[in-house]
Amino acid sequence: MTVRKNQATLTADEKRRFTAALLELKRSGRYDTFVTTHNAFIMSDTDDGDRVGHRSPSFLPWHRRFLMEFEEALKSVDATVTLPYWDWTADRTPRSSLWAPDFLGGTGRARDGQVTDGPFARTGGRWPINVRVDGRDYLRRDLGAAGRQLPTRAEVDSVLAMETYDTAPWNSASDGFRNHLEGWRGVNLHNRVHVWVGGQMATGVSPNDPVFWLHHAFVDKLWADWQARHPRSAYLPAAGTRNVVDLHDTMRPWNDVTPADMLDHTPHYTFDTAA
Amino acid sequence: MSSITRRRALGVAAGAASAVTVLARTGQAAASAPRAAAPAADSDPAPFDEVYQGRRIQGGPAHGGGHHGGHHAGGYSVTIDGRELHVMRNADGTWISVINHYEPVATPRALARAAVRELQGAPLVPLTLG
Repeated sequence: MTVRKNQATLTADEKRRFTAALLELKRSGRYDTFVTTHNAFIMSDTDDGDRVGHRSPSFLPWHRRFLMEFEEALKSVDATVTLPYWDWTADRTPRSSLWAPDFLGGTGRARDGQVTDGPFARTGGRWPINVRVDGRDYLRRDLGAAGRQLPTRAEVDSVLAMETYDTAPWNSASDGFRNHLEGWRGVNLHNRVHVWVGGQMATGVSPNDPVFWLHHAFVDKLWADWQARHPRSAYLPAAGTRNVVDLHDTMRPWNDVTPADMLDHTPHYTFDTAA
Repeated sequence: MSSITRRRALGVAAGAASAVTVLARTGQAAASAPRAAAPAADSDPAPFDEVYQGRRIQGGPAHGGGHHGGHHAGGYSVTIDGRELHVMRNADGTWISVINHYEPVATPRALARAAVRELQGAPLVPLTLG
């Protein structure tokens, strides 16, 4: 059974296996296909048009399916590996063990933002940025630049308290849990974390930074936490909504999975703490 | 290594979303919600052309709607040193780009300037597949 663990609790061996599996996916070319898919969706999902991966109700089930596919790829390299999650309300500084050289490496240097330690540093030669939007082919970060702060636990709790999953117009202007978690409105959770990390994480090709998966694994856990708090609140909209993935509509790019199929994560994985 | 345009990449992965967006554009004002310092979503931002931190940034109506079908800014195009920056307008009238995708700003000019700061001199490139 797949158990997703808080990254702060991983053993040295678990960290080594996780980063080794990432490097092997990168070497084989499979990693970059995930970056390409994400960027294609982020550029095509629009508030007034067809929207699937972002700024829409299916933001959460789409990323759940996307992470499951990525986790399967990791397991094909090393069957013991699962996706850890980063609780950024708790591990909220660049001094967190998450950013140590034995795991993801630290922030970028001042001159050009280049990450210079850890398995994904350019100097290691094993993490070329191939799917990119500018000329730079090295991983960049700017953790907490300009005094930016990660969301607090109280801010997360204020969003988890929202009873309604999502509301019309089902986009970045919506009220409700989904859009507040995504961050286009209100205290801003998910979006703000992308900005806090900086570098490629702030761009459309954000999965170039391995922390993308740990960030989204925690966003996914917050969805599960929300479901546990609001057992009578359902995914919305239910049916007949133009440009939007309703409960039983299939999602691109898989075309064989619906939000309804993604509501219960427990057939696929569990978390190290009760939701 | 092969290189394809962003528009072509969208065509593969996102089908006909772009055409839908262009058609839906005219009726989108109802989706807007007010946000501080943001212009109304249905007002066209002014064109601009300036040198910012040594780089030429330009913004204005895109040439020939179909040609820019992969860009979802309602026909508004932004370039840095002549190369197109993929931009998008949010329902509340704020803007994001592929360089700053999770942090809305008020105008396309502010967006272009933010991208110049982020690029630190690097050129924009068409989406490259490894």
